[in-house]
Amino acid sequence: MLLLTCPCCGVTAEETEFANGGEAHLKRFGPGSSDADYEAYMFNRKNPRGVHFERWRHAYGCGKWFLMARDTMTLEVYGAYPAQTTEPPAEIVAKIKARRPEWEGYK
Amino acid sequence: MSYRLATGGRLIDRSRPLDFTFNGKTLRGFAGDTLAAALLGAGQTLVGRSFKYHRPRGIVASGAEEPNALVGMGEGQRFEPNQRTTTTELFSGLKAVSQNHWPSLDFDIGAVNAKLWRFFPAGFYYKMFIHPRSFWKHVYEPIVRQSAGLGKAPDAETRDADRYEQFYAHCDVLVAGGGIAGLTAARAAAAEGKRVIVIEQAAHWGGRAVVDGAEVEGQPAAGWVEAVLGDLHANPAVTVLNRTMAAGVHDHGYVLAYQRVADHEPGADKPRHRLWRVRAGHVIAATGAIERPLSFAGNDLPGVMLAAAVRDYVVNWAVSPGKRVVVVTNNDDAYRTALALHAAGVAVPVIIDARTEPRGALVEQARAAGLRVADGMAVRSVKGGKAVTGVELCRFDSDGGAVAETIACDAVAMSGGWSPVVHLWSHCGGKLLWDEAGAFFRPDPSRPPLGRDGQGFVTCTGAANGDLGDTDAAPMMPVWMMPAKADYLLRAKMWLDPQNDVKVSDVQLAAKEGYASVEHTKRYTTLGMATDQGKLSNINGLAILSDALGQPIPQTGTTTFRPPYTPISLGAIAGEARGPIFQPLRRTPMHAWHEANGAHWEPVGQWRRPYCYPRDGESHGHAVSREITQVRGSVGLLDASTLGKLLVTGPDAAKFLDMLYTNMMSTLKPGKCRYGLMCNENGFLSDDGVVARLDDQTFLCHTTSGGADRIHAWMEDWLQCEWWDWKVHVVNLTEEYAQIAVVGPNARKVLEKLGGDIDLSKEAFPFMDWREGRLGKFRARVFRISFSGELSYEIAVPASEGQAFWDALMQAGAEFGMMPYGTEALHVMRAEKGFIMIGDETDGTVIPQDLGLDWAVSKKKPDFLGKRGMERPAMTSADRWKLVGLETLDGSVLADGALAPLPGKNVNGQQETQGRVTSTYFSPTLGRGIAMGLVHRGPERMGEVIAFQTESGGRVEARIVDPCFYDKAGEKQNV
Amino acid sequence: MSEAVSALNGAHFAGLVDLAEAGLKGMVTLRGDLSSPALAAAVKAATGAAVPAVRRIEAGASGQAAWMSPDELLLITPYARAGAVVEILRRELAGEFATAADVSDARALFKIRGPQARDVLAKICPVDFTGFAVGELRRTRAAQVAAALWRESEDEWRLVCFRSVAQYVWDLLATVSAPGGEVGFYHR
Ligand SMILES: [Zn+2]
Repeated sequence: MLLLTCPCCGVTAEETEFANGGEAHLKRFGPGSSDADYEAYMFNRKNPRGVHFERWRHAYGCGKWFLMARDTMTLEVYGAYPAQTTEPPAEIVAKIKARRPEWEGYK
Repeated sequence: MSYRLATGGRLIDRSRPLDFTFNGKTLRGFAGDTLAAALLGAGQTLVGRSFKYHRPRGIVASGAEEPNALVGMGEGQRFEPNQRTTTTELFSGLKAVSQNHWPSLDFDIGAVNAKLWRFFPAGFYYKMFIHPRSFWKHVYEPIVRQSAGLGKAPDAETRDADRYEQFYAHCDVLVAGGGIAGLTAARAAAAEGKRVIVIEQAAHWGGRAVVDGAEVEGQPAAGWVEAVLGDLHANPAVTVLNRTMAAGVHDHGYVLAYQRVADHEPGADKPRHRLWRVRAGHVIAATGAIERPLSFAGNDLPGVMLAAAVRDYVVNWAVSPGKRVVVVTNNDDAYRTALALHAAGVAVPVIIDARTEPRGALVEQARAAGLRVADGMAVRSVKGGKAVTGVELCRFDSDGGAVAETIACDAVAMSGGWSPVVHLWSHCGGKLLWDEAGAFFRPDPSRPPLGRDGQGFVTCTGAANGDLGDTDAAPMMPVWMMPAKADYLLRAKMWLDPQNDVKVSDVQLAAKEGYASVEHTKRYTTLGMATDQGKLSNINGLAILSDALGQPIPQTGTTTFRPPYTPISLGAIAGEARGPIFQPLRRTPMHAWHEANGAHWEPVGQWRRPYCYPRDGESHGHAVSREITQVRGSVGLLDASTLGKLLVTGPDAAKFLDMLYTNMMSTLKPGKCRYGLMCNENGFLSDDGVVARLDDQTFLCHTTSGGADRIHAWMEDWLQCEWWDWKVHVVNLTEEYAQIAVVGPNARKVLEKLGGDIDLSKEAFPFMDWREGRLGKFRARVFRISFSGELSYEIAVPASEGQAFWDALMQAGAEFGMMPYGTEALHVMRAEKGFIMIGDETDGTVIPQDLGLDWAVSKKKPDFLGKRGMERPAMTSADRWKLVGLETLDGSVLADGALAPLPGKNVNGQQETQGRVTSTYFSPTLGRGIAMGLVHRGPERMGEVIAFQTESGGRVEARIVDPCFYDKAGEKQNV
Repeated sequence: MSEAVSALNGAHFAGLVDLAEAGLKGMVTLRGDLSSPALAAAVKAATGAAVPAVRRIEAGASGQAAWMSPDELLLITPYARAGAVVEILRRELAGEFATAADVSDARALFKIRGPQARDVLAKICPVDFTGFAVGELRRTRAAQVAAALWRESEDEWRLVCFRSVAQYVWDLLATVSAPGGEVGFYHR
């Protein structure tokens, strides 16, 4: 069971206090979008063995959503950042690169 | 036969004898004994029988690794099978019974299996299943069922009489193991100012050092342990727990520790077990090492024990396993046992050492004490039945064909070397190295389990790290089989796993049959699958497998080490969550009234809602009919407090709700209500409810009872993660209000009787409006909405006044026969009106248009959640199943969920169908069964008759009709 | 109004700790920009308290202000004052993007008193209580339901949960504070 730190309230708490919301940085495609874009938005999800960007909500705490970079294999947490972010922040990317030089980068 | 020595025993108090029973026979031990020590002390060498062959079994070990000596403990509500005698502290009145025998321990019919051992080879069960089924079912299964099963399950009707709890603890360093290594690590961490928890699975501290009389830092181990423990206890940053076992190490420093708080003092008013849920910054595994048995023929007989365990029994509890004890070994440590026995006055006729000319300090000590050392020799076979009578010796480097000598003895102490306890290292992914010199796996420090910072978070120390501490010992010699070239008949009597009856020959057969993976071999032979999880058998077994496969041991690898280290009680896992607090029960402010008035409860999520209120002798069906008749004929009231109530407010609230609901909410006028639908991005219906606009920027959104938290989270998700610049706040007011529906033609009269400042007349307060004001003395918000088709008001008052308001309504309505109605009456009345229910008419694949709710899906809005999903061809297809009413031709009630079959098969080869019942009730209003269902092109087929399945497998015909069965013009609600 | 009753009507229990349901309490949810001077003035006007720092609770002459979320406070006042507090907040924050809502009836408040309070709370809350200061607040879960708790004084704690689960939380607290269950992790 993971131990996570919420960037919105600073609490470090066990996973039972959080709710996972799946892949981060999805772009919404609404009416008028192509079938391919809609399909990607709704159904196509990354499933990496390694670096992953996820949505989490501090459900039993401050109630806020945040985003987090995590390694699905080692469970290392590279960092958390605000939900109001459209792509991984540079400092998180740099930290991952330092820890995982072989990482191919975001996207 | 085992017996109690006249003197000694560092852990027992001879002034406090304790009586206990074993299979009904009263025996006596001493305070400080384990049950195993007390049994041995009382001469009880035979303690159980094995799982498969029902072979006689004695005590092998002195701790958690014990494979054999499991008993049923206690009785009635406190009976528990498979309790380890070696870790059970004796108490007065303890009741133990042996296992796996019938009719008695001494005479067991199942032992015939042992005579048939040739027919129970590796993979026996798998092989038998392949044979004709009838043969299995009628011949073998009855026999196997009678004799199989480890221990006896407690009676299903008993309830555990003890209490259990859990505790969340946090620390910088958790030290597992209270031996010298663990205490040293704890002391060091404490000296650095760390928060430390140090735990020891046994009741006593010091590990092997205190038994072996070692010196630590220049003083006797026992004194050192006492001093260090004293310092640790005195340090407020250190928590010291004995009788606490590290059951598992999990991700991110999560450690489950199992504390046996009161096992040793039954009857104490304490929780029996406490499960510690520890978050540790670092885990230090000082879990020691476990001695390995030697594989020689007859090594499973009662009286054959691990050498260090023999030493434990002699030194700790003054118990000897026999009068003449043969020691057999491949390493120096077992010589300590010979010396301890000798010092205690027990005869040691010979030390059999597989090594040629061993030259260590302990060997010399033994020789100096006059003990005979037979080097280069092996135990060929142990003689005896239910007890050891002697051993046959042969050359170690032989096939055992020639018996060199037979020596009479009544116990054998064996040592095949030591294996570090690497479980805690391995649970969370730490990798192992094969140590050639010690012939064991030890932690590979370069591949530790990783924590959330990507760094290793477990360290092994002491014997757990492979440091066995015998610096001046002669090298041990790996011995996986004794003698080295033993023939088949000997190998078929060498036990690897005495609990599951897996022998050297079984593993060799598995290898011959093609089992190359250690994990597969484990499952095929059941090696290491017993309650001890192979603590004694794994390394020996995989060495045999490696040899049979002709590959080095590290290439074979180990099976996976899984938590818990030793079994933990289900009670500890459940903790406090049992009985009334097994799960949270959500109660409305009127819950107690419903209970007092005979409500039959229906679970709705964690809420309990009254299903109906049966009166004396009344069936539920009759109660529901009575309630409906009262509501339709006069007036009734419903506790609707569980409905979700979300306040959505802010400059962008209207824009936000236009995105969340399929209909247009921004055009709703303050003072008005509108029924709305919410869909997910697939376009599938997710929730529904009435929205009231409180003011220009504020809406109150009602959700379904089960949907409040989910929809609240859904709204927050969109506001925080997609439209974060929109100015909208959502506040969950679900529990702020008690909400009561007053329903029926006399509803207005009842409310008017209460008085207050709200004009309730039809003209001043029309249908789908809401008003705020006073009803009697109550602050109320009144919604004129109807889910029944009757004149209806839903009234929200502060929850704290809910019961008083309910009472006032009952009183005011008395002259109209006012009575409460439950959820079933609610459901029947909404079905009579053809209103849908989320979860009945919807199942996560239904779009609003399927339910004829096109009117509630805006065509003007450029976007809303689910709009794109609804545009997909499959959603707009004319071939969808759509909502219709269904009337059986014979007036009967259709079965819930019944399908309407069609001839032929679909693409998946299943029965073709054309419809499904989604809601079905007996309507007391119409005096017949009514139903709604989803039918292929249903609305185009009005009047058509189709057949549905019945519960008994028959068919019943139903006519497709309009889903509204009652007052289609809406005259009754609009009065 | 006189007929208003709290979820458990002021129940009491004495075990490893003293438990009491606090009875009716005024509680107001305030959402808005916690850094805005207008909001600070409104909170001051309503309770006399300052805007609390992250995960803190502040006391004022007529109430307390508890930090619940980066844009949310819970103001605690006498029950009868809740309506007035909402009015003050709405008046002071007119024109601001802020929301005040009376949630007094949606909650239950428990008092947990005694030196073993942390040892009892840690049986149901996955919280590290070491260094948990007076005036600190933590939202968490109590066994299976959401709760907020804070340290009122050295040996006094407060726990807030939803009203519907008040009985569950009460039974939970009473169960884990039954005598014989001393842990001694925090209190020696
Ligand atoms: Zn948070």
